Amino acid sequence: MSQHGEVWVYAEVDDGAIAGVSLELLGKGRELAGILGVPLAAVILGSGTRPLAEQLIAYGADIVYSADDERLAQYTTLPFSRVLTDLIREKKPEIVLYGATPVGRDLAPRVASALKTGLTADCTDLQIGSYESAGRLYQKKLLQIRPAWGGNIIATIVSPDVLPEMATVREGVMHAPDPVEGRTGTIIDVPVVLDSECDFVRVIERHTQPRRVDLRSASIIVAGGYGMGSKENFQLVHELAAVLGGAVGASRAAVDAGFIHADHQVGQTGTTVRPKLYIACGISGAVQHRAGMEESAKIIAINTDPEAPIFQVAHYGIIGDVRDVIPRLIKAFKGKL
Amino acid sequence: MPLRIIVLAKQVPDTKNVTGEVMKPDGTVNRNALAAIFNPEDLNALEMGLELKERYGGEVIVITMGPPRAVEILKDSLCRGADRVILLSDRRFAASDTLATSYTIAQAIQTHLMPFDMVLCGRQAIDGDTAQVGPQVAEKLGIAQVTFADRVLAIEGECVRIRRDLGRAQEIVLARKPVLLTVPKSANSPRWPNARLLLKYRRARSAFEVEAEAKRQGRSVDDVVADLRKRGLFIETWGAEDINAELARVGISGSPTKVKKVENVVLAGRNLKLYSADDDGIRSLVTELVEERTFG
Ligand SMILES: Cc1cc2nc3c(=O)[nH]c(=O)nc-3n(C[C@H](O)[C@H](O)[C@H](O)COP(=O)(O)OP(=O)(O)OC[C@H]3O[C@@H](n4cnc5c(N)ncnc54)[C@H](O)[C@@H]3O)c2cc1C
Ligand SMILES: Cc1cc2nc3c(=O)[nH]c(=O)nc-3n(C[C@H](O)[C@H](O)[C@H](O)COP(=O)(O)OP(=O)(O)OC[C@H]3O[C@@H](n4cnc5c(N)ncnc54)[C@H](O)[C@@H]3O)c2cc1C
Repeated sequence: MSQHGEVWVYAEVDDGAIAGVSLELLGKGRELAGILGVPLAAVILGSGTRPLAEQLIAYGADIVYSADDERLAQYTTLPFSRVLTDLIREKKPEIVLYGATPVGRDLAPRVASALKTGLTADCTDLQIGSYESAGRLYQKKLLQIRPAWGGNIIATIVSPDVLPEMATVREGVMHAPDPVEGRTGTIIDVPVVLDSECDFVRVIERHTQPRRVDLRSASIIVAGGYGMGSKENFQLVHELAAVLGGAVGASRAAVDAGFIHADHQVGQTGTTVRPKLYIACGISGAVQHRAGMEESAKIIAINTDPEAPIFQVAHYGIIGDVRDVIPRLIKAFKGKL
Repeated sequence: MPLRIIVLAKQVPDTKNVTGEVMKPDGTVNRNALAAIFNPEDLNALEMGLELKERYGGEVIVITMGPPRAVEILKDSLCRGADRVILLSDRRFAASDTLATSYTIAQAIQTHLMPFDMVLCGRQAIDGDTAQVGPQVAEKLGIAQVTFADRVLAIEGECVRIRRDLGRAQEIVLARKPVLLTVPKSANSPRWPNARLLLKYRRARSAFEVEAEAKRQGRSVDDVVADLRKRGLFIETWGAEDINAELARVGISGSPTKVKKVENVVLAGRNLKLYSADDDGIRSLVTELVEERTFG
């Protein structure tokens, strides 16, 4: 038997389906569980969610803890943190991972506080490694890597003396594994015990808007920045994207200037993307923007300023005016199609 | 019933204004050169508190935990209309992670500020960037939490009707008091300090400042404090003993997370291939993309 506990992924349910980030975490969780030699488990809380357990197994979970109860139909902090905290106390996992979504960032700190354990926020990478402090060597600890200070620094955080080690992880930075049909695993039903306190917050209404654009699954993204100059000029970005069959992205400055809707924003406070091709038009390449796109397989930057930091992460560069270069690119691409 | 509203505020380095002057030659940020400011979303929390006080009556108390100079944001809070401010400062609080920070803040509230109606904090601090302190303070106080709370629609008896802005979703929730809210910047536009209050609180002092000042003036500390108190200018300053804190739960010993290492973000610097901006250059770029199968 391993001296370590299980690796857990909190499987968030979003509109009746498993959230993308939870599937991404199963990919990472599999890797971590492999290194520790322990099972990977997913925890799913909701109502009518037991059928989703099979899916979690297909994506790599060996065990699924399922709390399926009508009182959990809608996410609210107190009942969810109560069920999860009780389950962690009982099963003593080694690691618990959450998506850094509005739900994950509401739930995880509450659970961490109740368990008096550490929680690292908004990680962009996770590894297993050692940590030395005051002459003591800790082995096989979770190294939690995260940007802080508005993206200007990257910190590696460990929680050496407590269990479980817990982290929230940014959406889009890990890879979801391919599901394996027919993969087998164990589903364990979790009893739901709530008290009156759990009723302290009630959701009266909820409205959701679908995302205008699915940047994460686009293989080509054409992104425009403040250097596009105006909403009218930004049309060129749409045109180039249309020719390439790609999606439209944007920098925050372009969003703030009203050139395009915030759903298109790429970066630390927008979407993290890693397409095959990312074309940055009139984007300077601030750290917060690069954090969301520098993993793209190929990056083309178009900018009038040869000193723009975007050129330091780009593979191809054109120093020029977007109003001139984009129409030429459209023409050249059309010629190749 | 007048409300007792507690606002949590943090002094932070201005990570949003990383200008050329604070960049080191190697392209990394000189962290010590950043100005210390009022965490932006904590100003939104304070504004929400002040508006609630104007609507329902009551008092707004601002608490910060930090080094002695964090008193600056408390003075700023007074000048914007806070009724009372408290500085939690003790060498032993240094290097707290979010668990130790939330324990210390909750301990101060439970020791001295019960009962209260609401705790308002910023959604996130721009240095630690965790957004964890709010929910953890709520858990320590054993009260409900509503994160991303951008409007208090109404206080209805023992309940508060709140709108949450979750980006892709909006929710209206009804929460039982006392409740903790985390406030995003979309909530409001914070007011500016008031000129009359600026004049009044120019002389407000924390216990640390009193010590230095008393020495300079050759007066006893008690004397100066009594004098300031009389004029409403003494800023309460609490250390571990004042809030009955267990020393094992504050500062570095109360912090399960440890920073193993910190790296400055440096631009990666790849082998950049430049193409000219004319038709020839652009055509060869497109040809290269097709050849390496990035495109087509
Ligand atoms: C906490 C925090 C989070 C943030 N999150 C994000 C985020 O998620 N995403 C994000 O993008 N930003 C984010 N930012 C903002 C970021 O710091 C930058 O301000 C932003 O990315 C700049 O956008 P930009 O490159 O379009 O604009 P600018 O920096 O103004 O750059 C415009 C560029 O266009 C070039 N240009 C001008 N005219 C032309 C022309 N005619 N042709 C070609 N080039 C031209 C200029 O040379 C310049 O390089 C965040 C900031 C903070 C503090
Ligand atoms: C590089 C780096 C990375 C870190 N990563 C982690 C981590 O992953 N996990 C962890 O537990 N700790 C971490 N810490 C420690 C953490 O930054 C501190 O505990 C900090 O005091 C509170 O966290 P925050 O700045 O993220 O605040 P947040 O949780 O983002 O703050 C939210 C709100 O809580 C209130 N608040 C926060 N701090 C105070 C205060 N001192 N006084 C009054 N009100 C306050 C404010 O209203 C604020 O808007 C890290 C520190 C550094 C330097």
